[in-house]
Amino acid sequence: MAKHETPLLDQLESGPWPSFVSDLKQEAEKRAKNEKGVEFQIPEDVVEDLLGVLELSYKHGRTHWKHGGIVGVFGYGGGVIGRYCDQPEKFPGVAHFHTMRVNQPAGKFYKAEYLRELCDLWDFRGSGITNMHGSTGDIIFIGTTTPQLEEIFYEMTHNMNQDLGGSGSNLRTPSDCIGQARCEYACYDTQAICHTFTNEYQDELHRPAFPYKFKFKFDGCPNCCVASIARADMSFVGTWRDDIRIDQKAVKAYVGGELAPNAGAHAGRDWGSFDIQKEVVDLCPTECMRYEGDKLEINTKECTRCMHCINVMPRALRIGNDRGLSILVGAKAPILDGAQMGSLLVPFIKAEEPYDEIKEIIESIWDWWMEEGKNRERLGELLKRQGFQKLLEMTGLEPDPRMVQEPRSNPYIFWKEDEVEGGWERDIDEFRKHHQR
Amino acid sequence: MEYNEAKEKIVEALQKKQKTKTKFYFNDLAKILEEKPRVAKKLINQMIQEQVLEYWSSGSTTLYGLTGTGKQAAAEDEA
Repeated sequence: MAKHETPLLDQLESGPWPSFVSDLKQEAEKRAKNEKGVEFQIPEDVVEDLLGVLELSYKHGRTHWKHGGIVGVFGYGGGVIGRYCDQPEKFPGVAHFHTMRVNQPAGKFYKAEYLRELCDLWDFRGSGITNMHGSTGDIIFIGTTTPQLEEIFYEMTHNMNQDLGGSGSNLRTPSDCIGQARCEYACYDTQAICHTFTNEYQDELHRPAFPYKFKFKFDGCPNCCVASIARADMSFVGTWRDDIRIDQKAVKAYVGGELAPNAGAHAGRDWGSFDIQKEVVDLCPTECMRYEGDKLEINTKECTRCMHCINVMPRALRIGNDRGLSILVGAKAPILDGAQMGSLLVPFIKAEEPYDEIKEIIESIWDWWMEEGKNRERLGELLKRQGFQKLLEMTGLEPDPRMVQEPRSNPYIFWKEDEVEGGWERDIDEFRKHHQR
Repeated sequence: MEYNEAKEKIVEALQKKQKTKTKFYFNDLAKILEEKPRVAKKLINQMIQEQVLEYWSSGSTTLYGLTGTGKQAAAEDEA
C-alpha cells in the first residue's frame, strides 16, 4: 500500500493522456521492490514522499518547497539547484531534494548505453526521477541529498565524460536542434557550434559573473525547432543568401497529387486536392512567389526565408547553397519586463570553424552587458533601456535596414557631436555679427 | 590590481556591511574593486578558490558572500 493517501493526485491519472503521477507511482514501486538490489544512497521511499508532499500542496493550495542556497560542487557556481521541503517531519525522504542539471550532448544525441549508465547512477545516488529534457535543454536529475552531489559529479566527470550544466547568473547550457545529423533544412552544423561554444565558454558556464542568466540557442533553419528566437539572449538561426533551389518536376508532382504535401503530415483527414496557389503562393508572407504555366518562380530579393513553401513541398524546394546564420539578440520570458522576441543583429554570417567572427560579437556583447547591465537585468531589457543603437556601437556593426522592426514612433532624432559638421562648439563673436542679442 | 590588495578591499567592505547584508551581487563586488567586470572576475574567482568568498544561488541568480557568514547553504532547510 502507498505510504501516503493521494486522492487528488489519483484523479490526475483518470484522463486519456499519459500521467506523471502514474510514472512516479511506478518508480516508487520499483524502488520498493528493488529487484536489482541497488544500495540506495538516499531514502528508498523518496518518491512516496514526493507524491505525499505534492498531494499536500494540492490540498493547501500552496507550495511546500523552498529553493536556493547550494550552487553546485566545489569550484562550480552552478549546475545544482538547492531544494528543501518545509514539511521535513512528515516527508523526511524529500527534506533535501536538490536538482542537478546535466549538460546534454549537442543535438541530444546519445546511445541507449549512455542513458542506462546515467539512470543507474541516478537510481543509486538520487531519486531515480529524471526530466528528459528540461526546458533549458539539460538532462535534469530531480532530487538528491547534499552529500551525494560531489559523488555524482566525480562519477560523471571521471567515468562518463559528462559535465554539469549551467544555472544561476551563468551562461546556461547551450542548446541546439538536431541539425545536419538528420535534417536536410539545417543551414549549418548546429552540433559543431554548440559543442565548440560549450567548451570555449566553460568559464562563463561554471563561474557566475553575469548580471543574470544568459542563453545561447542554435537553430539550423528558420523553422526554429528549439525556439531560439523566443527564448535565447543570443539566438543563432540558420539561413541562406542565394535562391531556393526549385525542382520544377517535383513541383508538378505535388500539383498532380503524386507527392503528398507537408510530407504527408496532414494525411489523417481529407483536405481535398492540393492547391498550390491557395496553400503555398497565396500564403507567402512577402508575396514573392508565382505559379504560372506549370512553373514556380521565387523572387529571392523579397523572400524572408519563412520556410512555409519548403515545409509544404520539401521534395520540390530546397534551401539555398550559400548558407550561414542570422544572429538575434534579447529574447526572454516574462519574469521582469514582459516577454520579448529576439531582435535581428547580424542578418548573415558564415558559420565556419573556428567561428572567430561570431565569438567577437558574443564577447563584445558580454563586455557591454557585464558593465552596463543592472542586477537581474537580461540582455533584452538592457537593449530596451539603452537602445539598439548603443548595441551597434558596442559591437561595431553597421546599421542595416533589415534590423528595423517597425517605422520609428519617436519623431526626434538625436545627433552625436561627431555626426554633425562643426560639432557643438561655435564662435560666439562670429554668431553675434549676424544675430543681435 | 594585486590579488592581496583586492582581497583586503573586498573583505573589509563586506565586513562593514555584515549587519545589514551578507550576500552581494557580482556587480557590487566589481564596484568595490573599481575594476572592469572581466578583471574583477579573475580576482573574485581566486577568492572563491581560496574560500575567502562563497557562492549562494537561488537557482536563477547567483550571489557572493564572505565564507561562513549569513545563512549557510547547509542550513537552508532550517527555519
